[in-house]
Amino acid sequence: MSTTTAVASSPADRIGNGLTKLLANTTTVTGRNLHRLVRVPTLVAFATVQPMMFVLLFTYAFGGAIHPPGVAHYVDYLLPGIFVLAIAFGASQTGVAIADDLASGMIDRFRALPMARAAVLAGRTAADAVRNLFVLGLMTGVGAAIGFRFHAGPAAAVATIILALAVGVVFSWINALLGLLVRDAESAGLAGLLTVIPLIFTSSTFVPIATMPGWLQAFARINPITITVDALRALCLGGPTATHLWHAVAWIVALLLVTVPAAVIRYQRASAA
Amino acid sequence: MGERPAILAEGIGKRFGATMALEDVDLVVPAGSLLGLLGPNGAGKTTIVRILATLLRPDSGRATVAGLDVVRQAAAVRGRIGLSGQYAAVDGYLTARENLRMIGRLAGLPRSAAARRAGELLERFDLAAAADRTVRTWSGGMRRRLDVAASLVGRPAVLFLDEPTTGLDPRGRNDLWRLLSELTAQGATVLLTTQYLEEADRLADTIVVLDNGRVIAAGTPTQLKARLGGDRLELQAMPGDDPERLAGALAGMGSGPPQVDTENARVVVPVAGGPGILPELAARLAAQQLEVADLALRRPTLDDVFLALTNQRGTSGSRS
Repeated sequence: MSTTTAVASSPADRIGNGLTKLLANTTTVTGRNLHRLVRVPTLVAFATVQPMMFVLLFTYAFGGAIHPPGVAHYVDYLLPGIFVLAIAFGASQTGVAIADDLASGMIDRFRALPMARAAVLAGRTAADAVRNLFVLGLMTGVGAAIGFRFHAGPAAAVATIILALAVGVVFSWINALLGLLVRDAESAGLAGLLTVIPLIFTSSTFVPIATMPGWLQAFARINPITITVDALRALCLGGPTATHLWHAVAWIVALLLVTVPAAVIRYQRASAA
Repeated sequence: MGERPAILAEGIGKRFGATMALEDVDLVVPAGSLLGLLGPNGAGKTTIVRILATLLRPDSGRATVAGLDVVRQAAAVRGRIGLSGQYAAVDGYLTARENLRMIGRLAGLPRSAAARRAGELLERFDLAAAADRTVRTWSGGMRRRLDVAASLVGRPAVLFLDEPTTGLDPRGRNDLWRLLSELTAQGATVLLTTQYLEEADRLADTIVVLDNGRVIAAGTPTQLKARLGGDRLELQAMPGDDPERLAGALAGMGSGPPQVDTENARVVVPVAGGPGILPELAARLAAQQLEVADLALRRPTLDDVFLALTNQRGTSGSRS
């Protein structure tokens, strides 16, 4: 790569097209967002204090009252749900960041560059995945300190983390789209949380669905959060996983097929106010 | 190199809802020249820049930049342009060097070339001393300069600058003016929008005045000033005096009716005869027992052109 000397071609021609460019640009944008993650104080807090708080608060506040059948420690039941909760809440920061980039003219700057069209959003969501890997490790560590164990072996533990990361990618794209639609940082953050809070509390995140009123059970069963939390729980606790996994992966793929193109198209039309 | 203009816009129209933002706008900017785009707020300056920089599609008309169609060949256009928008679009949580390297990488430069280019630009914009501090700790003027530097990373053939000197101190402005002259001397083409008429006067080879989305005047600074003819006699009423009374005393004296700027208690009279008008002025003032606080006979400035063309007296946004 160092042998290419400047020729009459434009820089855009030099970098090559298609996938190579997308990967190169996405890597650059990921680097930008990772720098921000460690330098912006609120983002550091979102990635450290909040997940730890979730694990401890929910375990001790709910743990005495909730005894899901077949699970010895509530933390074993809870932690897979808290993975999704922390990742979903953290993703609202992506909507905030994209709305900020719109307002500050950063997105205009990027759009006037010969970049791959999806790279700004892909780089943001990739950085989110790196952040989520850290958050998952932190929560697993805090959980382990208060009794959490992976009961189905190391392969299932790795699969848990991978599935949780995939769920995180979906939330990142949803919030990127929200940020582009709402355009205002505070509203984008709120929109992200308002999307997630009802879904989280009408899912199997904290309590078994069987304890809910009948009409809510019907919704809770098809709630994508229930489906992904159940799949993560199956991977953590052991037992049959195939159906859960299949459903979770189907949801993830379906949501990405909608949100990624919608966000990229919206991005291309986006403009500073 | 053909003599194809670096920027060519023909009949550009753009509507936002019920508002006609641009109507039938034509622009021709020869390679290596600087076009100054003037106009009051809301005239459509930013909209035309956004269309030429591929950020916005025109509803009608066509435009080419560096010979490439801004709609059909947008990706190729982006490889040849630099854009500095109205706000300093740099990442406050990155250092200046990181910002420029990121832009360089995204513009397609290899890692080492992007680092070298960042260093060059930091030197050139006199930002090297603060290069490794996060930009959010910088002053507004420094961030503005970094933003302009970022638009030059890819060595663009055509540069769009939307009010680039807003927020710069006089030294920063002079430095940027010198830089833009160097760039056009090296063959780059620049389109800049500005509220500062002095800036357009000093830098622009051609000036286009936009108002309500339409081109209302175009030409060299000299041509535009010549359109107003003659000199301007400018009088400042005494504090507490009615400038209308002063204007009344001067009626019929110049080549046009006196214009009254009530807010600033000032009267401007276009005159044809140069200093020869001064004895008559003195006689008229004496006859009415009028005094003036200040008096000047001067060549028309672009402010006069601007105000005469846009009929927006008192809102020129110029230094007075």
